[in-house]
Parts: sequence; C-alpha cells; structure tokens
Amino acid sequence: MRKSLWTLINTLKPRTTVQWSRNHFTYYPDKSPQEVRSNVNGTEKMNMVQAINNAMDLVLAQDKTALLFGEDVGFGGVFRCSVNLRDKYGKDRVFNTPLCEQGIAGFAIGVASVGSTAIAEIQFADYIFPAFDQIVNEAAKYRYRSGGMFDCGSLTFRVPCGAVGHGALYHSQSPEAYFAHTPGLKVVVPRGPVKAKGLLLACIRDPNPCIVFEPKTLYRAAVEEVPTGDYISELGKADVLRKGKDVTLIAWGTQVHVLLEVAEIAKKEFKIDCEVIDLVSILPWDRDTVFNSAKKTGRVIISHEAPLTQGFGAELAASIQEKCFLHLEAPVKRICGWDTPFPHVFEPFYLPDKYRCLTAIKDIVNY
Amino acid sequence: MKSRSCLELHFRAVAESFYFVKYYCFQFSRKLECAFRTGRSLRDKHISPLIPGMRNGHHRHSSTTPADDPSQFPGAKAPFVSDLKLILESEYDAIPIYRVMDSDGYIADKTQDPNLSKEVVQKMFNDMVLLNTMDKMLYESQRQGRISFYMTNFGEEASHIGSAAALEMRDLIFGQYREVGVLVWRGFRIDQFIDQCYGNCDDLGRGKQMPVHYGSKELNFVTISSPLSTQMPQAAGAAYAMKLRPNNDACVVCYFGEGAASEGDAHAAFNFAATLECPVIMFCRNNGFAISTPSYEQYKGDGIAARAHGYGMATIRVDGTDVFAVYNAMKLAREYVLRENKPVVFEAMAYRVGHHSTSDDSTAYRSADETEVWNSKEHPLSKLKSYMVRKGWFNENDEKEFVKEVRKKVLKQNNISEKKLKPNWKEMFEGVYYEIPPHLMEQMKELELHIKNHADQYPTKSFEA
Repeated sequence: MRKSLWTLINTLKPRTTVQWSRNHFTYYPDKSPQEVRSNVNGTEKMNMVQAINNAMDLVLAQDKTALLFGEDVGFGGVFRCSVNLRDKYGKDRVFNTPLCEQGIAGFAIGVASVGSTAIAEIQFADYIFPAFDQIVNEAAKYRYRSGGMFDCGSLTFRVPCGAVGHGALYHSQSPEAYFAHTPGLKVVVPRGPVKAKGLLLACIRDPNPCIVFEPKTLYRAAVEEVPTGDYISELGKADVLRKGKDVTLIAWGTQVHVLLEVAEIAKKEFKIDCEVIDLVSILPWDRDTVFNSAKKTGRVIISHEAPLTQGFGAELAASIQEKCFLHLEAPVKRICGWDTPFPHVFEPFYLPDKYRCLTAIKDIVNY
Repeated sequence: MKSRSCLELHFRAVAESFYFVKYYCFQFSRKLECAFRTGRSLRDKHISPLIPGMRNGHHRHSSTTPADDPSQFPGAKAPFVSDLKLILESEYDAIPIYRVMDSDGYIADKTQDPNLSKEVVQKMFNDMVLLNTMDKMLYESQRQGRISFYMTNFGEEASHIGSAAALEMRDLIFGQYREVGVLVWRGFRIDQFIDQCYGNCDDLGRGKQMPVHYGSKELNFVTISSPLSTQMPQAAGAAYAMKLRPNNDACVVCYFGEGAASEGDAHAAFNFAATLECPVIMFCRNNGFAISTPSYEQYKGDGIAARAHGYGMATIRVDGTDVFAVYNAMKLAREYVLRENKPVVFEAMAYRVGHHSTSDDSTAYRSADETEVWNSKEHPLSKLKSYMVRKGWFNENDEKEFVKEVRKKVLKQNNISEKKLKPNWKEMFEGVYYEIPPHLMEQMKELELHIKNHADQYPTKSFEA
C-alpha cells in the first residue's frame, strides 16, 4: 500500500498537541444513528443517566411485572439512574436490597425464573465478582440444563464500568472478558445515551439473561439527542461509526470516542483513512461487520481499557487472523490496559489513550 | 382444622416457654414502669423487651439504667445497660425438636395427630417405600456401571413426603438434589426418573445434566443444579415476584442441606427473604453430614433453625424422621408465610443413612454401628409402619407385593431406558440461548461435517438421528 504515505508519515510529526484534560476522551455524539432515524416520536437532549432512567421508566410503565432493585436503587441510585422511579412505581417494584451481590444476582434469577422482569443493578462492575457464580453457573445455564423447561431470560444486569479518572482498582474495571467466556449470556456496552437506552430496552426484552456494562464516565459527559419513545438497539450488531479504507479501529464503550478522535487526527495529520467500529455487543459479537472491515482495510487495531492478556481483544484478533488471513497486510494490533491492576495516580499512563492508539496506527501502516 | 389450631397452640406454648417464660413477667413490669414514667404507649418499640431467647435476660437487666433514656441508634432498637457482659453462646437455649410420633410410631399427645385419612397415610407410606426401593436399585445400577452417578435418599424419606404432602401443587419447589421424595409425591413417574439418569431421548432435561438433577415444569419443581445453595436466593426472588401477583395463593419452598447453609448464598437468601418479606419456606435437611464433614465441623451454633432469629425470621425445628411432625409443621409454615408474606426457616433433623453419593464410601468417616441405629429404630419408614400397624392399616402382604411390584417396574424401566436412544447430538447446541446465534450455528455445522468424515469414531448410533 501507499508507498507515498509511508514516507509522509515518517517525516511528519503531529502538529496537533491536545491539552491534558480531566477526561482522556472527547465525546462524539451520535450524528444520525439508526435508532434516531427510525423513531418518529421526536428526540430530547439527554445525558446517559437520563436516557437510562427514561428506558427503565418506559419498561416499568409497560410491564407490570418489571422490578428494579439493587444497592441504593430506591433513592435514585448512586449515579442517579433510577431517580424518581420509586415514587412513580412504588417501593414494591423499585427497591433497595441488602448489600450482597450474590444475593442480588440470585434474587434476580429467581424473579426471572417465574417469568417476571428483573432489572438488577450491581453498583460497580468491580463488585460483580461475588455474583460471578450466580451469573456464570446459574443464569447463563438455566435454560440449557433444564432442557428448556426453566429459564431466566427476563433478567438484565445493569453494571457501571470503566475508567473514571480516579477510580483506582475497584471503581474502574472493565470485566467484560470474564463474561464473554460464558455461553448463555449476552453482554453489551453502550457508547452513549442513544445506545444506552436502546440496548437496555433490547436486553430487558431479550429472552436471554443480559449484562449491560455502562461506562460510568459517560453518565454525564455524554449528551445527545435521544428519542423519547420506545425503540431498541439490536443486540449482536456492531456499528460502523466512520468509514475508512486504510485501517480498521475496533473498540466499545468510552474507548470508541478515543478512537474517533484518533481517526480524525490520523486523517488530518497523516491522511490515513480509518474505519471506526463500535463493537457494541461483546457476546455474541458481530463477526460479519468486523471481518468485512478487516478484509477491506487489511489492517486492524483493537483497543480496550481492560488488561491485554485474555482481554476480549484476543478473541477478536484470533478470529480475524483465522477468517481474514489472506487479506491482512500487518499483524492485528491490540492497544489495551497494561497487565496490572487498575492504578490510582498512574491512570494517565495506564489507559490506552489517543497517543498510544495514534502510534499504533503509524506502526501498523508502516509495517 | 381442629388439629391445625391445636398445633398452633402447641407451637405458641413451645415458643413462649422458650423465649419468654423465664423473664417475660419481669420485662412486662419493666415496660409498664417505663411507660408510666415516660408517658409512652406500651406499643412503643423503644421500650419493648430485648434479646428474646436470652436465658438469663433478667439478670442482665437487673442493673440497667432507667429505660426512660432509650437509645437512638438507627441500627438496633435496644435499651442501654451499665453492666459490662459478653453475651455467651451458652446463654441461648437450643430450639426444641417438634415431634408427633416416637420411635415406635406412638402418638403421645393426641392433639398433635393430624388425623390423616387411611388413603393419605397409605400414599405417604407407599411413596416412601417406592423412593426407598428405587434408590436401592438405581444405586445398584450405578455400581454395575449402567448409570454414571447416583445419590440415595435413605433416612430422609419422611421429610420429603411429609413436607410435600402439606403443600399445594401450585407451590414452587427449589431443591438441592436429595429431595426426590417431593417429586415422587407430586407424581413424577419411575420412567421419568430413570430416563433422566440415563439422559436418553425421553429425559425432560434432554440429557444435559448428571443423574438425579431432576426438574419438572409440570410439577412446579425447578431443575436441580450442582452448585450448592445457589437456589436459595433464587427461591427468595421467585417468592417475591409471586407475592406481587394479584391474589397470590402460592408459596415457594427451598430445600437445602445443613452443609449448604454454610455457603454465602444461604446468608444472602436468609437476609433477602427477611428484609424483602418473601413468602418462602427455607427447608433445611439437617442430616448430620456434608459428604464426610460432620455438622460439628460445619457450624458452632444451634444448627440452622437458630440462625433465623439473627435475620429476623420465624423458625421451627422438627423431627425429620417423623412424617406427621414434618407434615404438621409444613402446614403451619405454609399458612404463616402466605398469611404474613414473610419467610420461615424450617429445620428437619435427620440422619443421612446412605453414602453421600455413589462416589463416596461413608465407612471411611463414620461407624457402621452409628448408621445402624438410624437404619432401623429411628428410620422414618419403620416409624410410620408402626403407626399404621397400630391403626390396623398395615398389611404385611400388601407391602411385600408393593415392593415386589416397584422392583419389577424399576428393573424393567432400567432395561427400557438404557436401550432408548440419546437425544440428537445437535441438541448440544440448543438451549444455550433462546435462539441459536450465528456463531453456534457455525460450530454446529463444523461438528456435523467432522462427524460425517469420522463417523466411525463417534457413538452416533446411540443418538437420535
């Protein structure tokens, strides 16, 4: 490819230096997503908290069996996602549980096993591990092991995740890869308000147990026009947010915005045309969209906040090399969190930020 | 109705003697005095008696500061005391074991006789015999290598049948794995049991789980899973959801062993059931062993029933080898949970007469002599049999005939189930999700092609086409 481009890249130094800011990303609102185009009820400016609240409000109004519970959910939640819902729907339907994640998960499975809708909140993804047994051994296997007699498909976990600037070890984790290894679950990560509402509604109605990992740093930072009516974002479907022909960039959650900025800089500074894919669904993931893009560009970079080793990027990279081997111009590259616990003061050095991603683009194009 | 109200009276008497008798009057006089001084109503919680169940409560309170200065801590409603004292575990009384029949099947207190009809008692006995006989034979089948695994129910037949008989079919059951009698009572058939153990094409679970992991949607019995105690918070959740249904008249019963009660999920379940007021009966089968671990290495307190108090739940402990005691107590517990929309902890004391499973030889950790007592004199079947003999309802020949008939049925079914084909191997990919997602479809096709090319390497002939 593009011999002229190589020399160009080697001579150019990036002219744009971005000032260090509180956030390691710049939010890119969805311009005209499918969800907005297909919705006729109009839109309203919402942040992600409001969009999630709006989704749960819709469900609680429509589905009389729907229950919303978790730690501190009653007064509105520590992130304010369930604000006003207890007043509106009563304390029988929107309530606090004791502080016990395995209990929340088990209780939710029980609610769902008798056909009621359970929306369970785990306060931080970092604290989902006590519920790992209930989610992996029970929820994920309920239908399978009973030959389809029993299921807990009407169950959805809402789980705030990801880096937040100062969350350190236990308020920053992105544990999606642990759950991606569990047949029977559906795992999704929204990148903003429109997606958060659409995915949450889709998960609640999907006949399988689902986990929505919500990047908490986006709760208030992400604001965009969100349809006020009912709609769903398809599960298992990735979004191509930016078309390009040189390099495919794949991420989910907050990292999508890092890559969108990186793609812009790469275009402006180096004339490299990046295609940016939001994977959206971790399990099951959209193989067609990923493979088609990889075959087109021949170069793929996957980026996630979670540690590199056995992160979900490994699954993507392995699948891409298997299915797109003859199309690849360079090895698939992963730009991820380091294989350390998520640190406090070192967070700026830990995250796979735009500079690391930009360097990776240069490397992969020069390969 | 008569027996029920008598029973309730009995429980009240037991509870009162246990909790209050020693210092109830004292507490009440204190309350009166306090109410008088502060001008508060007697119902004011700040001046209610404390720590029910404390044996020496009145001594502890003899030097308290005047209770007109009640504590304001949000975490507990309790008065102050000025004498420094640890509350020792030895100060708590053990919860008594409710029984109706003695070892000889004799009912001392006639008010406790549930006066069940001959037909019901006969069904109880027959179901226990059926369970016992089927267990013996399937245990042998495993020893012969015909099924891969088995767990018997020896010694616990009465707690299964007695509890199941006191429930309605609409009540939802969550079990551990040693509650097969509940399924027998509800009408799960011998062929269904054995088909499950063989995992053949007629297994309701489609051959996906190990033997004895039964389940039946029709009989409202949630499919068993191996991880211990996971069903407990689930039962609480199911009960909560059912409670919110208009005119709910069904409860949830969750069975678990005393070993499983050590899991974190048991704690979660107790606390959730209590705080969220779930109509669930937490039925503990305390049979003295968790595989090789005796109950004295499992916990230090007064069994499982005593934990209820710490969680703020009603509790009851019964003789699990006495089918009538279990029956009466379950009737009462069911009535209570549905009336109050609150949980009950129910502890049925028994002895695990059989090995833990076919993978266990219990003589490695306990003596045969010890087991023998529970296999004969204290066995649930022998007690009920003695009762029936006294009533003139027992016929030696009928029983022999029945056992023979069950043996014949099980033997025949063993041969039939063994010969049945297993489900189509493609079912391995079904039920992971409601739908088969594309990646699983792809894997299924990959395996299909592989099997086609290596047909002789796989037991396809034993599986449905």
